[in-house]
Amino acid sequence: MAWHVSVYVTLKPSVMDPQGATVQRALNQMGYKAVTDVRVGKFTELEFEAGLSEADVKKQADEICDKLLANPNIESYRFTVEKK
Amino acid sequence: MRFSVPVFPGSNCDHDCEYVLRNVENQSVEMIWHKDTDLKNPDCVVVPGGFSYGDYLRTGAIARFSPVMKSVADFAAKGGLVIGICNGFQILCEAGLLPGALLRNKNLKFICQTVYLRTEETDTPFTNACKPHQVLKIPIAHGEGNYFIDADGLKNLKDNRQIVVRYCDSEGKLPPESNPNGSLENIAGICNINRNVFGLMPHPDRSGEDILGSHDGNYIWKSILSTKVGVQ
Repeated sequence: MAWHVSVYVTLKPSVMDPQGATVQRALNQMGYKAVTDVRVGKFTELEFEAGLSEADVKKQADEICDKLLANPNIESYRFTVEKK
Repeated sequence: MRFSVPVFPGSNCDHDCEYVLRNVENQSVEMIWHKDTDLKNPDCVVVPGGFSYGDYLRTGAIARFSPVMKSVADFAAKGGLVIGICNGFQILCEAGLLPGALLRNKNLKFICQTVYLRTEETDTPFTNACKPHQVLKIPIAHGEGNYFIDADGLKNLKDNRQIVVRYCDSEGKLPPESNPNGSLENIAGICNINRNVFGLMPHPDRSGEDILGSHDGNYIWKSILSTKVGVQ
């Protein structure tokens, strides 16, 4: 058993995402005309020692995202915490 | 003048900086491994270009936690001159020594070409040898040079005259096609509010001799050399 944290980082809505725009154009050309927006982000998995409390895991994950995994100038993040 | 160049794993313009300063400008240069914290008493720190830590996560995001960067931040806080070039600019932004961030180029391509820069501010230690609106011919080589800052941040940059160089055409005009990478308002380089920290994507380290296509990078080095230095 360990704490499993899944972190999703994406560019803020106000920041242009040329990669997402290119993927969207490709999807539209492939026939998926209903796709109206694509944002490409990053997915990171963290494992924490099982001995920590859930609150501690969340606190540390928040710090890790703020300090390293996301740049608050351009990106936002969210994460989920599971024990498995 | 004494220059120190931090070297990160993946830096590849550290020797361009060393060469132009030592061989073209005849200055003293110390190379500082990123795990060292002693900057060797410099007058100016040059954070070089390259691909520190393989550009993993985000450009500059990991290098900014290298031990040497704490010393660079302390040096800057005391008024020391710091210039970051290309990846060095990205590292200074990640470290919070300069505002904003560098995003993927708008066309998603690595761009390696000569560009023109318009000197927007000449009362900085890095551009005081330039005339107002002087056009500099300097190369770029980057995949993430698309400068971004939010609306409040942009207002602050303008209010404090921190936009130092903008991408332009050979006549100093700013048509859309003169902007190689999608940077907000053609911004190529900015300084901090105290004007002692400067970051730019173009390479004055690769434009110090005519055989390289341009010697205009020397306006940046000559500006630094003519600045009265001394950390308070």
